[in-house]
Amino acid sequence: MHATKAAKGLLALSQQEELVDLPTNYPLSASEDEGDGDGERKHQKLLEAIGSLSGKNRWKSAERSEASLKVSEFNVSSEGSGEKLALSDLLEPVKPSSSLTAVKKQLSRVKSKKTLDLPLNKGEVERIHREVAFSKTSQILSKWDSVVQKNREAEQLVFPLEKEPASFAPIEQVFLDWKARTPLEQEVFNLLHKNKQPVTDPLLTPVEKASLRAMSLEEAKIRRAELQRARALQSYYEARARRMKKIKSKKYHKIVKKGKAKKAIKDFEQLRKVDPNAALEELEKIEKARMMERMSLKHQNSGKWAKSKAIMAKYDLEARQAMQEQLAKNKELTQKLQVVSESEEEGGAEEEETLVPDAVNEAQMNADGPNPWMLRTCNRDAQEDEVQADSNELPEPVAHEFSENEGNEKPEAEEDVLLKEFEERRSLRKRSKLNQDAKPAGGQDSATKEVLSELKALSQKLSKDNRLSKKPKESPAKTVLLVQDEEPAPEEEEPLLLQRPERVQTLEELEELGKHDCLPNKELPGAAVEGEQVRRNPQEKLKGKKKEQMISLQKLLTTRTPSVTSVAVPTTVEEQEDEGERDQKQMIKEAFAGDDVIKEFLKEKRETIQANKPKDLDLTLPGWGEWGGMDLKPSAKKRRRFLIKAPEGPPRKDRNLPNVIINEKRNIYAAAHQVRVLPYPFTHHQQFERTIQNPIGSTWNTQRAFQKLTAPKVVTKAGHIIKPIKAEDVGYQSSPKSDLSVMQSNPKRRSKHQKQLKSSID
Amino acid sequence: MKVKMLSRNPDNYVRETKLDIQRVPRNYDPTLHPFEVPREYVRALNATKLERVFAKPFLASLDGHRDGVNCLAKHPKSLTTVLSGACDGEVKIWNLTRRKCVRTIQAHEGFVRGICARFCGTSFFTVGDDKTVKQWKMDGPGCGEEEEPLQTILGKTVYTGIDHHWKDPVFATCGQQVDIWDEQRTSPVCSMNWGFDSICSVKFNPIETFILGSCASDRNIVLYDMRQATPLKKVILDMRTNTICWNPMEAFHFTAANEDYNLYTFDMRALDTPVQVHMDHVSAVLDVDYSPTGKEFVSASFDKSIRIFPVERSRSREVYHTKRMQHVICVKWTSDSKYIMCGSDEMNIRLWKANASEKLGVLSSREKAANDYNQKLKEKFQYHPHVKRIARHRHLPKSIYSQIQEQRIMRESRRRKEMNRRKHSKPGSVPVVSERKKHVVAVVK
Repeated sequence: MHATKAAKGLLALSQQEELVDLPTNYPLSASEDEGDGDGERKHQKLLEAIGSLSGKNRWKSAERSEASLKVSEFNVSSEGSGEKLALSDLLEPVKPSSSLTAVKKQLSRVKSKKTLDLPLNKGEVERIHREVAFSKTSQILSKWDSVVQKNREAEQLVFPLEKEPASFAPIEQVFLDWKARTPLEQEVFNLLHKNKQPVTDPLLTPVEKASLRAMSLEEAKIRRAELQRARALQSYYEARARRMKKIKSKKYHKIVKKGKAKKAIKDFEQLRKVDPNAALEELEKIEKARMMERMSLKHQNSGKWAKSKAIMAKYDLEARQAMQEQLAKNKELTQKLQVVSESEEEGGAEEEETLVPDAVNEAQMNADGPNPWMLRTCNRDAQEDEVQADSNELPEPVAHEFSENEGNEKPEAEEDVLLKEFEERRSLRKRSKLNQDAKPAGGQDSATKEVLSELKALSQKLSKDNRLSKKPKESPAKTVLLVQDEEPAPEEEEPLLLQRPERVQTLEELEELGKHDCLPNKELPGAAVEGEQVRRNPQEKLKGKKKEQMISLQKLLTTRTPSVTSVAVPTTVEEQEDEGERDQKQMIKEAFAGDDVIKEFLKEKRETIQANKPKDLDLTLPGWGEWGGMDLKPSAKKRRRFLIKAPEGPPRKDRNLPNVIINEKRNIYAAAHQVRVLPYPFTHHQQFERTIQNPIGSTWNTQRAFQKLTAPKVVTKAGHIIKPIKAEDVGYQSSPKSDLSVMQSNPKRRSKHQKQLKSSID
Repeated sequence: MKVKMLSRNPDNYVRETKLDIQRVPRNYDPTLHPFEVPREYVRALNATKLERVFAKPFLASLDGHRDGVNCLAKHPKSLTTVLSGACDGEVKIWNLTRRKCVRTIQAHEGFVRGICARFCGTSFFTVGDDKTVKQWKMDGPGCGEEEEPLQTILGKTVYTGIDHHWKDPVFATCGQQVDIWDEQRTSPVCSMNWGFDSICSVKFNPIETFILGSCASDRNIVLYDMRQATPLKKVILDMRTNTICWNPMEAFHFTAANEDYNLYTFDMRALDTPVQVHMDHVSAVLDVDYSPTGKEFVSASFDKSIRIFPVERSRSREVYHTKRMQHVICVKWTSDSKYIMCGSDEMNIRLWKANASEKLGVLSSREKAANDYNQKLKEKFQYHPHVKRIARHRHLPKSIYSQIQEQRIMRESRRRKEMNRRKHSKPGSVPVVSERKKHVVAVVK
């Protein structure tokens, strides 16, 4: 069967080849060209002839006339013979005829070629197709292995997987449905709107555009440079002004003031030269200001503020100073302008006035002639000052002067007296305080001396100035008074002092002044020393007390140390701190004096050990083999015999821990909450325990760690469609062709299937 | 006596502006926070209890069908749209947010056997018992227009299922054979068959889109390659497979819902052993659908319940049932992986939450953090007996409960019998067959 098939296939092939190879004028082909019946007959004859030639297959050829199952076009069949038909059989008869050499050649060529295998049956073929297709598909699918693995092991998966591409909407579109909501936004919006600021390029307002158009580049550059310079200059000056404003140096301010005064004088001079009327007016103005001041109650310590300060002044040094300053101001303002008495240099006087327009009144007053009332007060002041300087205990009250300067016409004797007393007391207090203050501030005496010397130098300088400028006469008392007033805070009042050089007249006076200054200062240290003495005494007393205390503490310590020595702790440093604790311990000890906890504990431990020991088993039966009855105990021998000793249990875990009891019994209540068997993915109990023991809560972890530990495995967004994973998502290239096109480009299979389909439909 | 003073720097606790967050000073010294394991254990226990307290999965029931719901389909582009086909040939389109039917079509005479939406969401296909495949527009007809299909294909045999290709205008139907159709043509592009039994469902692989899977009523699952127009392999199981579903994240995994109460997850390259056997149902499993995350799937059963299985676990994590819900025929997991829909015999479509105790709506960041923490705690202490007991506890209808008991007894007795047989026969003559291998009869190449 197989062989015939093979032969058939072969023959078919050879025929095909013939069709290709044989020339058209070949006799065989010519015979084929003839009609069917004729050809058949001729062929038969030929075959018979071949058969007769060999003389072998005669009877077979006779059989051929019968209808055979397998009919081939060459009527060659080996059916029934049981032999295989070989090519050589066919060629044998051809050998002698030389005309058939071409055929022979062709046949031999065929023989040399390999034969095709038998086509498999349909089922087999399909199976093979399926297997191939399956292996191909598996191969395609196996590229997903790594992806699947990765996704399964991922700490966190965020769905949808594909990132939405950030879309860039044009800015106009964004602005269309945008509204300014917060006030800031509204403000900005308004500003932009006002300037007609366009939102897109070129981002220039119409004004800017116009300006751009209006100016050439060079112009703009120059202008810009100018503006820059101006800005730089401005900032420089601003900085300078700020710097100057910050300067604290009095000397500097003095110089500045001087400079200003000089300038004012110069201006006035000029004014006088240029326009005397204007100068006069200026003078008048000053005069008017003075009059106004005299009229008004300003700066006379009668206002609300001043009254409150007067109350405060008893206790507050600063308040007092403020009041004094006010008074001084008043004085300055009310002093009449100095009219140059001796010299006719009006200008000089005027110059002085402009220089210190406020502080010239006194001189004028002097010039006006002795005002008995004023003189009286002045003298009195001076006297008082002297008294004060002498006594040193009582610095002359300041409020006393107020009362007189206030301008109350009637001398209110009683009130005055009262006030004076007040002030005296207050000043006393203040003095003592001052002394106290002075001591810590500087090196006591030396500091005060220094201040003194400074003052002296100052006064000398002033006097010199005065002499040079030939200042008009001035009541010495005033200066003394002033100086005395300034004394509590000499440094602060320096500029004030310097402002009135014209009031200090003579060297003698200055000397006097120096003396005045000196005396209290000289006296001061003594007082200070005394104060110190007084102060030191309490200190010493305190020290003594402290010492006593220390000693007592030491005593305490020494008494207690024996009990503490066992605890080998370096207590030297913390001794002080330990005091409290020790006290507490002592207290606790006292409170729990009755109960001995340690003993109790030991007893408890002994009991538990005893209770947990395995018990001996006593199997003695009283009365068995012996007499029984009341008060009769089984014999010792018997007891020994029937006592089953319990085996020694394993050693206790707490046998080496004196202050611990370890309960070795299993706690069923705890066991109910414990995992009984090791869960699946874990291979060792330690692994599992470790996962349990690491806390993940924010109580034990930092915020960052907490977030990391509690990150969910799968994150999905609400309202987002999660599409199946795509090759592009994981970086693979998906096939560019669609499945349909691939399918349609596979024509063989398609046609076959369509055929199949057709047959199935039929 | 030492005087101890409290001194605090306001910089450490005063906010600069009232819009600042409150500074909460923390000291992470472990000695200050002792007993971390017991405390976390208690928290985990509480979290588990609360999860059970808040487990209210049922959201809505969509009623309107006049016969049992036979098939469901998701809209590929819209989360709110769902299509359903009933046993009386009616197709309804639902709006989930409004929970209303927006459109009703009398699509077929007899059952609507299958429904699927086109990948672009503009139209959908239905097949019915009247041997037709119809294509419909997703949007309703204009005013005065007749409700008519875009295209109707009349076939020779009944089509029992349909699925659309994920990218190309190609769909596949099944019946006597699996036909692949080009949308433009009225005759199939190719048809594939292997054996002569009716095929009840066909599904395209969503990732490698040229692969199809089908299940026939002669108990086998057949895989096809559309490009080469040839079947690939066939696996024969113990009982009939009702439907299969491909994992949307893992190209070669699919799950088959079987009549023998189990679901089988296969790796399509190694069909002789399923990757996992999922068992919990107590009656035939009729439908299965994967979560779009590919981590879980939901199965609908004849036992009037639906169950959610993690892919790698053999036991379900959740079971949903209602008194009125009868045999569940079809089930779908929505594309945002948050909800589950199931259509059942008693004409209703039910909407469930995928996570029973999940809070719907916007969560504040603190809520979210607390949620995550609780989830992790539950995961950490899941093996502890109390936590496990509470987490696993479900109330079940009496029928299911008694069925479970019964089946346990049956399984136990079967196991005992096998053990006895093994004991009393020659060693090795009764081999131990693993549960996975037990259900696969043969793999045909």
